[in-house]
Amino acid sequence: MLGLNKKDMTLLIVVTILTLSAPFILNPFPTDSAMAQFNAGYPDLMQRFAIFGIFAIGFNLLFGLTGYLSFGHAAFLGVGSYSVVWMYKLLDYNVIWGLPLAIVTSGIFALLIGFVSMRRSGIYFSILTLAFAQMSFNLAYSVLTPITNGETGLQVYNNDPQVLMGANEASSPHLFGLVMNSSAKVGVGAWEFTFNNGYYFCGVIAILVFYLSIRIFRSPFGMMLRAIKSNQTRMAYTGLNPRPYTLAAFVISGMYAGLAGGLLASMDPLAGAERMQWTASGEVVLMTILGGAGTLMGPVLGAGFIKYFENIFSKINDTVLHNWFAFLPDGLEDFVVFLIHPFIGKGWHLTLGILFMLVVTFLPGGLVEGGQRIAAMIKRTKEDEDTPAKTEPAE
Amino acid sequence: MGILEVKDVGKRFGGLQALGDVNLSVAENTVHAIIGPNGAGKSTLLNVLVGKLIPDTGSVMFDGQSVLGRKPYEINQMGISRVFQTPEIFIDLSVLENMMIPCFAKRDGSFRMHAIENMHDEKDIVEKAESMLEDMNMADKREMHAGSMSRGDKRRLEIGMCLAQEPRLLLLDEPTAGMARADTNNTIDLLKQIKDERDITIAIIEHDMHVVFSLAERITVLAQGTPLVEDTPENIKGHPKVREAYLGESA
Ligand SMILES: Nc1ncnc2c1ncn2[C@@H]1O[C@H](COP(=O)(O)OP(=O)(O)OP(=O)(O)O)[C@@H](O)[C@H]1O
Ligand SMILES: [Mg+2]
Repeated sequence: MLGLNKKDMTLLIVVTILTLSAPFILNPFPTDSAMAQFNAGYPDLMQRFAIFGIFAIGFNLLFGLTGYLSFGHAAFLGVGSYSVVWMYKLLDYNVIWGLPLAIVTSGIFALLIGFVSMRRSGIYFSILTLAFAQMSFNLAYSVLTPITNGETGLQVYNNDPQVLMGANEASSPHLFGLVMNSSAKVGVGAWEFTFNNGYYFCGVIAILVFYLSIRIFRSPFGMMLRAIKSNQTRMAYTGLNPRPYTLAAFVISGMYAGLAGGLLASMDPLAGAERMQWTASGEVVLMTILGGAGTLMGPVLGAGFIKYFENIFSKINDTVLHNWFAFLPDGLEDFVVFLIHPFIGKGWHLTLGILFMLVVTFLPGGLVEGGQRIAAMIKRTKEDEDTPAKTEPAE
Repeated sequence: MGILEVKDVGKRFGGLQALGDVNLSVAENTVHAIIGPNGAGKSTLLNVLVGKLIPDTGSVMFDGQSVLGRKPYEINQMGISRVFQTPEIFIDLSVLENMMIPCFAKRDGSFRMHAIENMHDEKDIVEKAESMLEDMNMADKREMHAGSMSRGDKRRLEIGMCLAQEPRLLLLDEPTAGMARADTNNTIDLLKQIKDERDITIAIIEHDMHVVFSLAERITVLAQGTPLVEDTPENIKGHPKVREAYLGESA
């Protein structure tokens, strides 16, 4: 169905169900319980899951398939955001104008940067992309202030033209009147679930581009990209020119990044240069590797994992800790809080770093490998149960 | 006029004249062996033919067209395929996928953006790749990870991949080097079969005289970057200059 084999179709269906039911699944704890702070089912975070999922899926099309490690993908994210905010300023708040533009402009950017960077491979390619991204950041931050509004960031002002703006039109991003930041809250017993337009908009787009990425993975083009990763020499001596293939992969993944950037601005009508900084480029690398580069689900898991920790760990502060450990004697309580303190709040990066090291060391295939190992273990124990009287074969 | 005409080709590496005034003509549909002691310039000559190296002087014509200045993939698309000394295959792909890639290259040229097309719809490619695997006696290995095969099988696959492109000239650089006797004999049989069944010209570099004399119809002896003699295997065997320069040392 849909040009997918059975296994891929199952994966797509599971992802679709999970995405659509995320407001329930991510809110397992009652609103008033102590565990409520671990709930992730609020619009802002769920939007981030979807958007950074898209970013990482696109990044994986380049890195996972061809092995070319770009350290500059945040540049495309920024380009996407600026494109969308400009459409708000010139036309109106309907995201239908900005998002296609975000994909096109980031595609053009990726073509230019990729054309130059792809002349090299390995570490030189990575350094070139990093240099271009930092250049883009600096341009956005200072040189191109008339376009990017410099360090203040690009936003919509009252005196902007907004030529298509209707009299009754919403004054925040919307899709033909479907306002992104409006939500419906549904209370069920002690629980409260939030259904946000913006999240569902991002979620549906994420499902579509996830489907697209499966198709690319399984296409002849995807196979060519894996062949390039495997052996460029054989590629060239088989009459194939690797350059346009890798460049096409670079442009496609740049467009994914541009779409993600555009969606960020669709949720919150702002665009700032910091979105293009190298830390943002590094983050998508972490997401992809943490989840499992070259796998379909890996980048999505990695993006979710990192965004969850970023939001949840950074919210835990000393007061929360003191509450948790209030049962301990005073001196001991302070000591435990003192020990944990560096890993929470602003220190969540430290926690992330440790988790990353653990995953890369013990699960080189990322979280996906972890899942596969668990699945294999369950299968094995099941088989053991099924054949209780198993005898050792005599040799 | 041969299908491959090498005229006055010279190549220096710094102070070393790796090739000097090489003239070589390979007739269509023959097996032509190039032999010579270590460092004679055989691999250098091959690298010139496939576009990996550009010679300082001379010309290389394939089927009436110059190959000089063209990129390896362009020369390959002209109809020259190359088998490497250590098998170059896609070790991370399945055997069938390895075989499909040259089929795509043959059908679609050096680049085609088929990102949305489905592999299941590429029936002609899959069929061709499968029949090629059958020809190579590898049909049972189609789902196998190419990197996990034996060296002999990798060589066999690589030769099959080259043949899938239906090249007019197949170049082999020491295809049996480092192989066990059984694998060597298998490779000889395979090449014999290819020569009998297909319209193809084969140029082979080889140290193993058993391989050379089982296959070659013409032999060129290269020594210190220049062709010493070119003749039939019978005459080469008895040639005094050759015995002195080459066979005397190794046989
Ligand atoms: N890229 C290079 N740079 C410098 N010198 C080179 C290069 N390639 C080959 N040579 C030198 O050129 C000479 C010819 O080398 P070549 O590899 O063509 O010999 P060969 O006949 O293939 O030998 P063998 O039988 O050992 O494979 C050698 O002296 C070698 O050291
Ligand atoms: Mg050699």
